[in-house]
Amino acid sequence: MNLQIDDQGRLRHFLSVDGLNRDILVDILDAAESFAGVPEQTVKKVPLLRGKTIVNLFFEASTRTRTTFELAAKRLSADVLNININASSAVKGETLLDTLRNLEAMHCDMFVVRHADSGAAHFMAAHVQPHVAVINAGDGRHAHPTQAMLDMFTIRRQKGDFGPLCVAIVGDILHSRVARSQIQALNMLGAGEVRVVAPRTLLPLEVESLGVRAFTDLKQGIHDADVIMMLRLQRERMQGALLPSAHEYFYRYGLTEKRLSHAKDDAIVMHPGPINRGVEMDSQVADGPRSVILQQVSHGIAVRMAVMSMAMRSREAAAREAT
Amino acid sequence: MRSVIRNGHVVDPVNQIDRICDVYIADKRIVAVGAAPDGFSAEHEIDAGGQVVCPGLVDLCARLREPGHEHKATIASETAAAAAAGITTLCCPPDTDPIIDTPAVAQLVRRRAQQAGHARLVPLGALTHGLAGEQLSEMAELLEAGCVGVGNVGGMVNSQIMRRAMEYASTQGLTVFLTPEDPWLRNNGCAHEGAVATRLGLPGIPEAAETAAVARDLALIAQTGVRAHFCRLSTARAVRMIARARYDGLPVSADVAAHQLALTELDTAQFDSNCHVNPPLRTERDREGLCDGVVHDAISAICSDHQPHEADAKQAPFCATAAGISGLGTLLPLTLRLVHNGSLDLTQAIARLTCGPAEILHIDAGSLTPGVLADVCIFDPQAHWTLRTADMVSRGRNTPFVGWEFDGRVNYTLLAGRMVFKRAN
Repeated sequence: MNLQIDDQGRLRHFLSVDGLNRDILVDILDAAESFAGVPEQTVKKVPLLRGKTIVNLFFEASTRTRTTFELAAKRLSADVLNININASSAVKGETLLDTLRNLEAMHCDMFVVRHADSGAAHFMAAHVQPHVAVINAGDGRHAHPTQAMLDMFTIRRQKGDFGPLCVAIVGDILHSRVARSQIQALNMLGAGEVRVVAPRTLLPLEVESLGVRAFTDLKQGIHDADVIMMLRLQRERMQGALLPSAHEYFYRYGLTEKRLSHAKDDAIVMHPGPINRGVEMDSQVADGPRSVILQQVSHGIAVRMAVMSMAMRSREAAAREAT
Repeated sequence: MRSVIRNGHVVDPVNQIDRICDVYIADKRIVAVGAAPDGFSAEHEIDAGGQVVCPGLVDLCARLREPGHEHKATIASETAAAAAAGITTLCCPPDTDPIIDTPAVAQLVRRRAQQAGHARLVPLGALTHGLAGEQLSEMAELLEAGCVGVGNVGGMVNSQIMRRAMEYASTQGLTVFLTPEDPWLRNNGCAHEGAVATRLGLPGIPEAAETAAVARDLALIAQTGVRAHFCRLSTARAVRMIARARYDGLPVSADVAAHQLALTELDTAQFDSNCHVNPPLRTERDREGLCDGVVHDAISAICSDHQPHEADAKQAPFCATAAGISGLGTLLPLTLRLVHNGSLDLTQAIARLTCGPAEILHIDAGSLTPGVLADVCIFDPQAHWTLRTADMVSRGRNTPFVGWEFDGRVNYTLLAGRMVFKRAN
């Protein structure tokens, strides 16, 4: 059973890259390309989702992801409801399923969900009514597929073909939903080599089974890389049993101009944000000519518009076919 | 009341019986297997032609949820489910609410089971007061109240307290039941730390969470000489450690949950919360190691690890759901799969469900020896059936085996000579 693709092969929900196929990923990137020009228009809107209600259901704090989803929905002319559950029902003991049922009763058409538990988006998708679509905006350590797709979009715009690329993902792989989705997307799109770079405390067991080469040395890991994708290191992980200190992490894994010289001359540097300057990378690198970090953010809107419109189109088509 | 079970394929591992013959019961007890005693006239007769007749099954670990969690199940509901599964003796761990750390609670659960009358219930007492790992429980009184052993149930007790608890338990002649899990290594894990958890981003429980605890406890068993039983192993490495310890002459035994012999981490790959169990489902190599342990006697009992839940407990993202499978109904069918696929012979399989666990519990059950209470299970080993939730007897419908096809189904269960289950046709 594939929750994400309906029997016509259309995108039904967008929960993880795992379980999709190359064609759908390319469709998303192509659709995003067509939406990328929308903000330059005088009226920054297309009427694709007019009359639809989209609920941003965030059980975890987020600024960037939530605002870009909100903006994407508004540019598609949908009505948007932002619900921050930390401050409402979860503290009153309402279950995820009850929250879902209550919002469904308000005739919502799409849920964009972020949750601290891996598998939360799958759980919701398995329980929503057939006309409702679920978009995963990050679940636990499991997946953050729209982030991965905006990264792929950025890479494709910068580098064109994925085939010859060597991509190094650096940082806290163990806890990162972003890294898992990036790895799956890169492999599905045929990237030549995908590497992960981290101390062993931040690498999950059997990481190679994801289809990567693992490195514990930064210089070796980014040697001749075309793309370096840095990950955010959560503050609570900087000291304790995973890492001795932020200082030592930067000393061994921080990206500096000097270290960047080990990568290819035209290598690009990415980061999903927010950056810890002086922990994951130097400001010189973050703000330097190789950095495409701000492009990633603006691409996030186009990619989210693409995913939302594709999922909604398949739900509408399914509803038509049912009648 | 005198009964006879005719023409069944009698399998009684203790007495090395494996042939078609009759079983004679009088005054609640087995009186003969084979030839009728002089002057025996049966008032009641069961035709067991084409069926296996074996001792009633003994299940080393079943949570019946009473007292404390009656919204999930009750002693009456779950002992009835046990009877329908051919199980006549159930051992329940002490983590009820209140905890079985006083004679009153031990007596309460036994009395409830007696009132329901479907199966025998033998409780384990808590190793420490409140299972808190600080103060020894009143083991002598628990023994008096009918506890067949004392156990720790999850989490490691401070090594010094564990040593003292083992010494004190051995003073009382009690077996210590250990659930080997290092809580620091387990941390917030909910799935085996390996390829599947890595892909799904589920916090992992490393193999060492089990093996580190087994290693420490084996050292303390060697130090104290206590008789100890390791509950519900999940790793091949722990099986080898136990096998080695038994070879070295340590007084240890081990069991495995039936689902661990059928499922692996791959079954969790779709976030199926019915596969959320503790200890977690591990690798295919672990599953093979556990089966191997069952075959070669490092593991002398297969248990249901029955944990019935209400539907809501499984309706959430994987890690947020309650762990456990409602397993009474699949204990025998899952064990028989090992017979059908050639891993075990029928006598061995039945031994792991009857005399194996009975010996661990030091109780007079698990055999058809003349003189013992007539607890008997009669099943059709060829009956082909598909598990459906609607057919489950347990109150808990939480099982990953819905839709599985099994060969082998219980038709009659006798408890002290009285028929407590008969399959309706």
